[in-house]
Amino acid sequence: MISSYALSPTRVGAVINRNVGALRSGPSYWLVLFSGFFEPILYLFSIGVGVGALIGDLNVDGKTMSYAAFVAPAMLAVSAMTGALAETTFNFFFKFKYVKTFDAMLATPIRPMEIALGELTWAMLRGSLYTACFLVVMILMGLTTPIWALAAFPATMLVGLAFGSVGMALSTVIRGWQDFDLVFTGQFAMFLFSGTFSPVQNYPLGVEILIWITPLYHAVELVRGLSTGVLSISMLGNVAYLVVMAAVGLSIAGRRLAKVLTA
Amino acid sequence: MTQEPLIRARGLVKKFGDFTAVDGIELEVAPGEAFGFLGPNGAGKSSTMRMIGCVSTPTAGELRILGMDPVKDGPKIRARLGVCPQLDNLDPDLTVFENLTTYARYFGIPRAEGRRRATELLEFVQLTEKAGSKVEPLSGGMKRRLTIARAMVNEPDLVLLDEPTTGLDPQARHLLWERLFRLKQGGTTLVLTTHYMDEAEQLCDRLVVMDGGKIVAEGSPRHLIDTYSTREVVELRFGDETPTAYVEKLAGIGDRLDPLPDRLLLYTSDGDSAISEVHRRGFAPSSVLVRRSTLEDVFLILTGRTLVD
Repeated sequence: MISSYALSPTRVGAVINRNVGALRSGPSYWLVLFSGFFEPILYLFSIGVGVGALIGDLNVDGKTMSYAAFVAPAMLAVSAMTGALAETTFNFFFKFKYVKTFDAMLATPIRPMEIALGELTWAMLRGSLYTACFLVVMILMGLTTPIWALAAFPATMLVGLAFGSVGMALSTVIRGWQDFDLVFTGQFAMFLFSGTFSPVQNYPLGVEILIWITPLYHAVELVRGLSTGVLSISMLGNVAYLVVMAAVGLSIAGRRLAKVLTA
Repeated sequence: MTQEPLIRARGLVKKFGDFTAVDGIELEVAPGEAFGFLGPNGAGKSSTMRMIGCVSTPTAGELRILGMDPVKDGPKIRARLGVCPQLDNLDPDLTVFENLTTYARYFGIPRAEGRRRATELLEFVQLTEKAGSKVEPLSGGMKRRLTIARAMVNEPDLVLLDEPTTGLDPQARHLLWERLFRLKQGGTTLVLTTHYMDEAEQLCDRLVVMDGGKIVAEGSPRHLIDTYSTREVVELRFGDETPTAYVEKLAGIGDRLDPLPDRLLLYTSDGDSAISEVHRRGFAPSSVLVRRSTLEDVFLILTGRTLVD
């Protein structure tokens, strides 16, 4: 229900606390976390290192780098995306539609936007757990330095925030599990084409523009720039894109939660 | 201040599209009262409860809860409510104990205090030995008791119970009624919905009968029975013909005859003499039962339909 009371950090914290409790409650949540982390790592090794050996070095924007060094930051951005999306699609939808976790919350002083904020923060934390581990792997493989890893980490948090909030907005509008297939198809298409495995300039102009519109491209550009230490002014545009994406997603999710749960 | 009702509704309406779920009801609930909404499924009980629980906006009319406006002061009101929904929405990812402590955090109750209350409440609903269990293996009655314990975690002024014993076996229902009775004795105001007349009789000081979104009668269970029904009801079953066929044959006996698909209800102040009259007219029912009038009869008389169909 709409109310004039300000959002309360304590209540947002209580929503996050519920997920901490779920995490502590048994091995099932950990298994989900674990499997989600490994996917980008596997791609890094099979494509980045394996296929990279066939390709040799790459020249991107006048800088020579190994193919693995090119792919690794993209996989870093992907792991932020998958971590946050897994939380705000599957887990969120299950709590929203099936076990009615949010109905129970709304019988207390907690408000729909506080649920959205709490769930989004949790999703971002999950994404950040993935990217922190991934950055350690990158440092160990010599694909970034500890300093640039520290610079890239907050950027991956922003990526998690942006994708988490859009995922959550989608979860409040989709009709059922079958609609998630569409979401995952879109996610996979972005995963393949967003400058992840080859520079976007390799595609025809039309495709390049299409890629430029989609979010993972901006996430990859930002994270790649920071983790490789090649900064450019266009990264501010990437940040702006992700900030707007997070804000729009959050606002839709908050409104939809209120509309659906307090009819 | 103490005289102010906890709930006051004037011309309260809830519409979903073209469908009117609640059609202009008036009611007041005083502090310490156990107040019931009795009615069949679809009567508008749950919609009313959701408006009182500040999770559903009234379409029209006036509603004050604890002296506040639910649209403006939702979070503030909900901080003082305990809600036991019709369908359990306990958290399957958490243990029984954590369900209470996590819920306490939603109210901003400090962790240590939440644990203290959780321990105390599990004792109260007799689930102490299940504290470390997940929710899923619990029986229906246990889940419902846990939901009630959860509704008590913020020490509410007003507890809302939507069909608290629907789907429970008789033993579980009696245990629950006994716990709710203790809450009531402790001074907690209870508002509940039910379609069981025995539940309303057991728990409610006062109740309204709802049908089709409207309040059709109001009073204490005793008052309603005295007003709308007779002292006794004779249930007659006949082996040969439908009960309807006997309405004319038995006309004039008792105050009223109500044929149901399987039996004929005969409302009278004196059951035994009514039975004598039935026999004197030469009819031999296959079974005869004389009982006291209940709210079920009141409902049937008021609406022409049974509560549980």
